Amino acid sequence: MKVWLSQDAAARALGADRVAKAMVDAGVQPIRTGSRGMVWLEPMAEVEIDGVRHAFGPLVAGDVAALMADPKGHPKALGPTDELPWMKGQTRMTFARVGVIDPLSLDDYRAHGGLKGLEVARAMPPADVVEEVTQSGLRGRGGAGFPTGIKWKTVAGVEGPKKYIVCNADEGDSGSFADRMMMEGDPLCLIEGMAIAAYAVGADKGYVYLRSEYPDAIRIMRAAADLWNRERLTPDFNVEIRVGAGAYICGEETALLNSLEGKRGTVRAKPPLPAIKGLFGKPTVVNNVITLAAVPGIMAAGAATYRDFGIGRSRGTIPLQIAGNVKYAGLYEVAFGLTLDEIVNDIAGGTASGRPVRAVQVGGPLGAYLHPSQFDVPFGYEEYDAKSALVGHAGIVVFDDTVDMAEQAEFAMEFCGIESCGKCTPCRIGAVRGRETIARIRRGDMTAKPLVTDLAETMREGSLCALGGFTPFPVISAMNLYPEDFEQVEAAQ
Amino acid sequence: MTSQPGHLSPRLDEIIADHIALEGPLLPILHAVQAEWGHVPEESLKPIAAALNIGKAEIHGVVSFYHDFRREPRPAHVVRICRAESCQSQGGRALERDVKARLAGRSDVLFEDVYCLGLCACSPAAMVDGELVGRAGTDEICERVGA
Ligand SMILES: Cc1cc2nc3c(=O)[nH]c(=O)nc-3n(C[C@H](O)[C@H](O)[C@H](O)COP(=O)(O)O)c2cc1C
Ligand code: FES
Repeated sequence: MKVWLSQDAAARALGADRVAKAMVDAGVQPIRTGSRGMVWLEPMAEVEIDGVRHAFGPLVAGDVAALMADPKGHPKALGPTDELPWMKGQTRMTFARVGVIDPLSLDDYRAHGGLKGLEVARAMPPADVVEEVTQSGLRGRGGAGFPTGIKWKTVAGVEGPKKYIVCNADEGDSGSFADRMMMEGDPLCLIEGMAIAAYAVGADKGYVYLRSEYPDAIRIMRAAADLWNRERLTPDFNVEIRVGAGAYICGEETALLNSLEGKRGTVRAKPPLPAIKGLFGKPTVVNNVITLAAVPGIMAAGAATYRDFGIGRSRGTIPLQIAGNVKYAGLYEVAFGLTLDEIVNDIAGGTASGRPVRAVQVGGPLGAYLHPSQFDVPFGYEEYDAKSALVGHAGIVVFDDTVDMAEQAEFAMEFCGIESCGKCTPCRIGAVRGRETIARIRRGDMTAKPLVTDLAETMREGSLCALGGFTPFPVISAMNLYPEDFEQVEAAQ
Repeated sequence: MTSQPGHLSPRLDEIIADHIALEGPLLPILHAVQAEWGHVPEESLKPIAAALNIGKAEIHGVVSFYHDFRREPRPAHVVRICRAESCQSQGGRALERDVKARLAGRSDVLFEDVYCLGLCACSPAAMVDGELVGRAGTDEICERVGA
């Protein structure tokens, strides 16, 4: 009997290891995989029936004996995994192998198309690889949406000899877990993407800077890096995993580089760009996990295949991370262009609480809140920008009508204050004042409102990076879209 | 298990030797020190600074910058309840309040703030003694620390 069981951190946090133990006790050794992304079904197992993988979940240890005895008749049988509506609606390019393969089996990886992108790339001159990535339309998935090929071209154009590939795996945004799922489910794909980048720009060393809050991802990435280096898959490029130390700001690329160098994670002024003077002053590609993990697929399938998906200047697919108060939460990779109405009401099935949706925060703690009246905006960088909203890392957090938007606005400032690196005043001081001022409004002092607007303006214009610069977006969107929450506070209390 | 500080060497010398050849060895060393002793003991800073040829002020600056590095010995249990938005949307604030109320007076439990554990699809989330808990409830968290 062939059985797969997720070992993704979310699955383990929901009891997957107890299910695994019950399987072993029943004489079946499950193949531990990443997650298929249907987190409401975790711990989810798959059993091969007539050559097809069938899904079962959410499982508890007590389900296992009956499941092993008669899978087809089990009450938690969901049918063939790939036929489930959640799976069928997706275009899984970057996440094609996640949840499917044993993440640390090179044979599995190869059998499912792994290393093909690298092979294609290495058969071309490096400049053509840069061109191919440019043509694909791939933009940075870490938040800023910068065209990846253009960044690579800059690094390729600078004299060596020493250059670095740095993978930003600091994933600090609330609502985001795509990087984690990728690293836990298909770590070799990320390394392959880094190896292609290294070939394209002439780098020989890669670092993955991984946040310490992700112990499972750290363990699996370390094993994958060891495997990659040991097997000498790219003798002229090796990769090393480094662990962050609990600082949101270290997701900002220059703070990340300082942290890798063993310094305080403060933001550097740009220019110089990291592409020109990055890690230890050397030309450095800094890319997000999903950006790099998209590259092998793009090289294997060709730029045009990728570019054909999407809308406007948002090409290809985006792994939506649907989170918070929803019925069906998880990862959903799809071409750009879905509306929030489709995402929240159709795919996610509305709220878990059954109450009306009141607000959705997209793009993490620096992203705006969107109101149901804006749910027709298509998922794309420019489309969101036009609404003063942020695609960011594509985390989507849903709130029902019990949310207090003034409390959320105050939290946005609080978070900025806690995580500010302290280098620039608008962020360091502005966030603290901002929090105090919103607290005053919440106590009923309406004269404080214009102060928040002014402060937001100062932070937006004067901050060194997007922590201070974008914190105003959730704050101002909350004030503009939910004015009632900033009015009747006294009455409500 | 973490060993007692006090006599840091030769273990500290080993840790330094294991990492000194890395590019940017300071964070890996501090992580290894904390893994060994449960916190970053004050007495470890001088030898590390000396080995890396940096000033004591600089190493203090680094240790104090990062939320992860503890300066005081760690009690038996560490509870981290996620305080970020997705978990807020699923009752995380109330969870934190309830757990803290239930465990008030437990000097062997340290609460540490954490903002997102990447478990936002099964919020609210927590980490108790290094183990992740999804859709966390007060009872489950308290049970894990023996309350
Ligand atoms: C405060 C702040 C936090 C950030 N956090 C992350 C992060 O966790 N992961 C990430 O990939 N990019 C993050 N970024 C964006 C990076 O600075 C940078 O744009 C990105 O790593 C570039 O890679 P990409 O082009 O592949 O997106 C953050 C930016 C800011 C200002
Ligand atoms: S916001 Fe709590 S786990 Fe992500």
